[in-house]
Amino acid sequence: MAPLTGAKVALFATCITDTVKPSVPIATVKLLERLGCRVEYPAKQTCCGQIMTNTGYFDEAVPTVRNFVETFGEYDYIVAPSGSCVGSVRDQHTMLARHAGDAGLEKEAGAVAARTYELTEFIVDVLGVTDVGAYFPHKVTYHPSCHGLRITRVGDRPERLLSAVEGIELVDLPDARSCCGFGGTFSVKNSDVSIAMATDKANNAVSTGAEYITGGDHACLMNIGGVAHRNGQHITPIHLVEILAATKEDAR
Amino acid sequence: MTATPTRRTPEPGSWLGIPAFPKAAPGELANETQRRNLRHATTTIRAKRVVRASEVPNWEELRTAGAQIKDRVGRHLDEYLVQAEEAMTKAGITVHWARDAADANQIVAEIAKAKGVDEVVKIKSMVTQEIDLNEALEAEGIAAWETDLAELIVQLGHDLPSHILVPAIHRNRDEVQDIFTREMGLYGTPAPEGISNNPEELAAAARVHLREKFLRAKMAVSGGNFIVAETGTLVIVESEGNGRMCLTLPETLVSVVGIEKLVPTLEDLEVFLKLLPRSSTGERMNPYTSMWTGVTEGDGPQDLHVILLDNGRSNVLSDPEGRAALRCIRCSACLNICPVYERVGGHAYGNPYPGPIGAILGPQLRGMEDERDRALPFASSLCGACNEVCPVRIPFTDILVHLRHKVVEYKTAKHPTVEQGIMKGAGWVMADGSHLATVQAGERIGGRVFRGKWLGPMGPIPIAKEWLKGRDLEPLPTQNFRQWWKKNREGGQR
Repeated sequence: MAPLTGAKVALFATCITDTVKPSVPIATVKLLERLGCRVEYPAKQTCCGQIMTNTGYFDEAVPTVRNFVETFGEYDYIVAPSGSCVGSVRDQHTMLARHAGDAGLEKEAGAVAARTYELTEFIVDVLGVTDVGAYFPHKVTYHPSCHGLRITRVGDRPERLLSAVEGIELVDLPDARSCCGFGGTFSVKNSDVSIAMATDKANNAVSTGAEYITGGDHACLMNIGGVAHRNGQHITPIHLVEILAATKEDAR
Repeated sequence: MTATPTRRTPEPGSWLGIPAFPKAAPGELANETQRRNLRHATTTIRAKRVVRASEVPNWEELRTAGAQIKDRVGRHLDEYLVQAEEAMTKAGITVHWARDAADANQIVAEIAKAKGVDEVVKIKSMVTQEIDLNEALEAEGIAAWETDLAELIVQLGHDLPSHILVPAIHRNRDEVQDIFTREMGLYGTPAPEGISNNPEELAAAARVHLREKFLRAKMAVSGGNFIVAETGTLVIVESEGNGRMCLTLPETLVSVVGIEKLVPTLEDLEVFLKLLPRSSTGERMNPYTSMWTGVTEGDGPQDLHVILLDNGRSNVLSDPEGRAALRCIRCSACLNICPVYERVGGHAYGNPYPGPIGAILGPQLRGMEDERDRALPFASSLCGACNEVCPVRIPFTDILVHLRHKVVEYKTAKHPTVEQGIMKGAGWVMADGSHLATVQAGERIGGRVFRGKWLGPMGPIPIAKEWLKGRDLEPLPTQNFRQWWKKNREGGQR
C-alpha cells in the first residue's frame, strides 16, 4: 500500500489516558503529525463505554455509543492508542445499540466502528509504515494486552514497529500472552486474584532485565506498574506510542 | 468402643460451605502447594494441546464444524431427542426422562433396588457430580464407588473435584500417599504397608483396591459423552480403562446423559472424536472409546438404561445469547488456559463445573438465586484466552458479559444498588465531552494536591481500597490531555 499522507485523522484519546496519562495521547498526536497526518481532537468525545458494559450495565453504556457515533461519525479515520477501547467499539457498540432497540444506531455504530483503528493498525495498514523514525536506546520488553491481541487482533504490528526503533533492545517477556489481571472492574471486584496475576506479570517482566515494559494499553501498564512499584521493583511502564514518538532530538 | 459407621461411602466435602468467588479466592490463592500443582499441570496440558491441535491441517474448520453441529442439535433438539429415543429403544436400551436432579437420582436408585444391588461402580462423569448422585444413592443405602484414579483420590479424601478432566489436580503425590494409607482400608482393600509416594506404587495400590470392586459389581453408572441420534449409540470416552471395566463387566449399566449430548449422525461424531482428545488431554485419540448400540447377548451389559436429563438445560437453550454454552463437550481446555483458574483452582467456583465453562454454565443451569452463582460471571478478567482454545468456539467473553447484565438486572430489580449509582454517574459523565471535562477539572486538583506522588494503601474508600490493596497508583497529572490540546493545538502555538 502506498504511504498515505495528509490524511485527516480523528484522535480518540480514550477517557483513561485523556484523564490520567495525557503523555500517551500527546505522543500519539506528535507521532501521527510526524507521519504526515492532520490530527483533530473532537472535544465532545468521552469513552468507549467498556467499563459500564463489562460490568453488566448496558443501559448506562448506551449513551456512550450515541456520543461516539455523533462525535466521530464524520471522520474516515478514527485512531486510538488502545487495543482494548478499539475492541470495545468494534465488538460491543452494535450489541449495545441492539440492546437499546435502536436499529438506526446499530447501523451507524457498525459503520463508525469499521473506520476505527488501533494506533499500530493505522500506522502499519493505512499509512503503510513500519519504521516511524523513532530513537529509544533502552532495553524493553513487550506485553501484548489481551484485548489488543484477541479482540482487536493487532497481531505482530506492535512488535514490527518496535523492532524498527533505532537503539532499542527488545527482549521476550516470559508467558507474554497471559493476562496481567486488570480486566476493568475485575481488578476491584476480584482484587486478590487480579493482584496475583499482576504480580506474576511484573516478576516475569523484571526477570528479563528490561528497563521498560511496554504495551498498547495504558490500563494494563498501570496495573503491572502499580504492583511493581508496591513491591519495589525497578521496571518502568511505558506506552508503546511514547517509544514510537521518541526521537534523537528528545534524547538530547 | 467403635461407633457403627452411619455411612457406606466417605463423606464428601460440601459446595455449600464455600462462599462466593471473591471471598473464596483469597484462601485458595494462599494455598501455595495447590498453586504450584495447578501451574505445573495446566502448563503441561496446554502445551500438549497446542502441539496436537497444530497437527491437524483443518483444525479451525473442524472447530467451526463442531460448533455448527452442536448448534443444529440445539435448534432441533425436540426432533433429535425423539429420534434418539426411538433408535435406542429399538436397539434394546431402556430410555428414561429426568426433568431434574431428583428425578434422575430416583431413577438410578430404583433400578439398583430392582436389581437388588447395594453398591455400584462408577465411571468418572461430570453429570453425576452435577446431580450429586453419590450422595443421593448413599441416602438410599447404596454405595457408589468412583473408579477413575483422580475421582478415587477425591472420594477417599472427603474432598471435592477441582477440575473437569483432572479432578484431583490440586493434590500432589504426598497428599495422595496420605489419603490412600489412611482411607483405603476403611472402604475395601487397604494400601500396602509402607507404600511410598511413588506414582507407580500409588497407581498399583489403586488398581488392587478397585479390582475387588470391579469383580464384585453387578451394576455400573456412567455419564455419556455423546448419543448418536440416528443409530441410538451411546458413546463413552476415557483414558484409564477403568471405564471399559465398568462398561463391560457388570450386567447392568445406567448412563445419565444431558439432553444436549446428542449428535445427529455417526459422521458428525467423527468431528468430536478428533476435537475432544486433542483439546482435553493433548492426545491424538482417546485411549478408550466405547460405543454401545443396544445390548448383545454374551457381550457387555445385558440391561442398559439411559436417563436423558434436562436439569436446567432447556432454560439455557431458551436464551439466544447464553445457549452456546450447551455446545460444551467438557474437554476443559478453557480451564487449562484460564489465568484465573490457574491461580485459584476449581473449588472457589463453588460448582462442579469450574473455570470459564463453570462461570457461564453454573449460573445458567442453576439460576441467579444464590449469591455464589451471581458472582461467577465476574470471576473472569475477560482476557478471552478461553475463546481461542475452545474446540466448539463457545464465545465465553460475550456470554460472560451477557450474564453480568442479567446479574445486574436481578440485583437492581428490587432496589437500587451502590454500584448502580456509580455506573449511572459514569454513564452521565461519559454521555458528553463537556461532562467529562468537568470531572477532569476535579481530577487536576488531585494531581496538584498529591504533587507527583504515587498513591499507596488507602482506608475505607470503596474502590480505591480494593485497587490499592496490593498495588500503587501512579501520580495523577496536573494537566489532562484536553487542556494540553487547547493550549498547544487549538489556537495555541504549535
